[in-house]
Amino acid sequence: MTKPKMSGARAVIESLYCENVEVIFGYPGGTVLPLYDELYDANIRHILVRHEQAAAHAADGYARATGKAGVCLATSGPGATNLVTGIATAYMDSVPMIAITGQVPRSLIGYDAFQEANITGITLPITKHNYLVQDAKDIPNIFKEAFYIAQTGRQGPVLIDIPKDTQIDTIDFEYPAEVKLRGYKPTYTGNEQQIKKAASLIVKAEKPIFYVGGGIIFSNATEELRTLAETVMAPVTTTLMGMSAFPTAHPLSVGMLGMHGTRYANYAIQESDLIIAVGVRFDDRVTGKISAFAPNAKIIHMDIDPAEISKNVRVDIPIVGDAKNVLKSLIKYVKIEQAKTDAWIKKINEWKKEYPLTYKKDNLLRPQYVVEQISEICPDAIIVTEVGQNQMWAAQFFNYRNPRTFISSGGLGTMGYGFPASIGAKVGKPECTVIDISGDGSFQMNSQELATVVQNDIPVIVAILNNGFLGMVRQWQELFFNRRYSATCLKDSVDFVKLAEAYGALGLRATRKSEVKDVIEEAVRSERPTVIDFVVEREENVAPMVPAGAAINEILDLE
Amino acid sequence: MKHTLAILVENKPGVLTRVAGLFSRRGFNIESLAVGVTENLDISRITIVVSGDDNILEQVEKQLNKLIDVIRVSDIPAQDSVNRELALIKVGVDSTTRAEVMQIVDIFRAKIVDVGIKSLVIEVTGDESKINAIEQLLRQFGIREMVRTGKIAMNRGAKVVQSEKR
Repeated sequence: MTKPKMSGARAVIESLYCENVEVIFGYPGGTVLPLYDELYDANIRHILVRHEQAAAHAADGYARATGKAGVCLATSGPGATNLVTGIATAYMDSVPMIAITGQVPRSLIGYDAFQEANITGITLPITKHNYLVQDAKDIPNIFKEAFYIAQTGRQGPVLIDIPKDTQIDTIDFEYPAEVKLRGYKPTYTGNEQQIKKAASLIVKAEKPIFYVGGGIIFSNATEELRTLAETVMAPVTTTLMGMSAFPTAHPLSVGMLGMHGTRYANYAIQESDLIIAVGVRFDDRVTGKISAFAPNAKIIHMDIDPAEISKNVRVDIPIVGDAKNVLKSLIKYVKIEQAKTDAWIKKINEWKKEYPLTYKKDNLLRPQYVVEQISEICPDAIIVTEVGQNQMWAAQFFNYRNPRTFISSGGLGTMGYGFPASIGAKVGKPECTVIDISGDGSFQMNSQELATVVQNDIPVIVAILNNGFLGMVRQWQELFFNRRYSATCLKDSVDFVKLAEAYGALGLRATRKSEVKDVIEEAVRSERPTVIDFVVEREENVAPMVPAGAAINEILDLE
Repeated sequence: MKHTLAILVENKPGVLTRVAGLFSRRGFNIESLAVGVTENLDISRITIVVSGDDNILEQVEKQLNKLIDVIRVSDIPAQDSVNRELALIKVGVDSTTRAEVMQIVDIFRAKIVDVGIKSLVIEVTGDESKINAIEQLLRQFGIREMVRTGKIAMNRGAKVVQSEKR
């Protein structure tokens, strides 16, 4: 069979077909003109954003909602550098993404040509791998490798930089059937001996606790987690990235741990005799003061990335492998006739009763109430968040039931992430209600994407918890800087209802508790892109709170 | 504590940047670095000397292994290995000191590779301590210029650093 001849740009499109790519989030420019010309009648949906950062976040949101790699596309120079925040966000949270950028023609590289930026150099520390196409005939192989690398092992973003002249050159196209990468062989199956050792510790433990994160969601291991937790009868705490990995309402759930975790999760970690850590990385926001973290506990750490093991804490039993695989084999070895954890569960339930996650229930419109109402009215929604107080309240007060229904920038903490990410989530899961729980600060970082959702008819709901402050920074200023609110007040800067209407979206507002239910229902009913301005109590704090650098059971009394 | 790492990498543009960049961004200090092609033309070998405790070394190795273009990372133990550096040393001499310098060169089994009226260029190979020692001795005559390669190292005996990972 002769290989078909085609341009490099066409080869990119054919490669994307081979990877079953259905949608690209992008923004055109000079060095991607040949690619955009091919996209014009390609069988791939292209969503034109209004800023390249949003293209990257949308591809990220698409990937988190569907599990498939998201694809974004931008031109060289500023187009490429505008992707950087989005790529870094995906890298920190291990999200599979392919970022395609145009580059100036090969003959001009290195001469500071118009719109030239060394994007492979710039993204070196924030990509799992990246490529500069040196020859058009390499395009099929590079795409095959890039998608493989992005979606296997510890997932992550891969960038492909394509000089304009290589998009025009003619090649013989053949998409490789497999990749040959002698330096990249991720470990999926855990070491059997280690798993047996882990099982024997688990069986003996009297105060075990599961500490689980994004790894559970990425490896689709929620069922295995639940089975094992119920066998051991041990509490389960999740990181921010692990929200929705274990049902919030499950009797064994103790919610989130760490800086804004529940008191009972943090107390349980500190008192436990065995931590079963799965797909987590012992981040500083989780462990607090590392030397005081879980002083009495042995630690079993399962992760697909060997570099995460023993990076931040000493580990007794390391197991490198895919969470789903490892948990499955662990379930085989953990045989428990009579659970030893009755006293432990009783103690945790007492803590739950004594220190519930709550807020002041008066007549004022408080942000936590809005999140609770969203949870009640849209129980199956995909919740996307911005960063700051809105993110914490979304994690604390929504009742998560299914995996991939909580999407948030955990590692990098990128304000402006939520709205464009919700676009990606809605495109990937059009049957789901997608709600961006937002703040007035974060929303204004990418509010231009209202044009994108209206033009492409993507009915996401933005629920702004509008307190007229950069709330989380204000909270730190209140607690640690004598209430000197330096540069954190945003009050009356914009009328969000009019802003939505200016773009042709639906704008709604609630200023009283009694209006909350109605506006949420109206937004869902409208099936239109909607912004809801919830004018909430201005100086509400996120509680509980562990100050930075303290042990995680040294909790400030904010309630 | 110093460790010598032999890193086999794909012989491609930009790979050294990836390796060196990883060291700087994770805060690991490179004490010496040498790169060259291996018996297999599409594989290069980077020899890096890094200082740090066992935890740091473990992190260095794991992070290096995460780079797609890194094929293998191997810690070369100080014992049971051959370690070499090469130095070129230009020493100022005159008729009264030339003979003494040549004697030192002899004792160290170094070579004089260039003779001028007022200077000699000495080539010396050996482990770090040997090169340090000859440098010390030559200093009294006035070292005009000196250049040292990074260290390269190889296991003794049959043990080899192979391209097949694990």
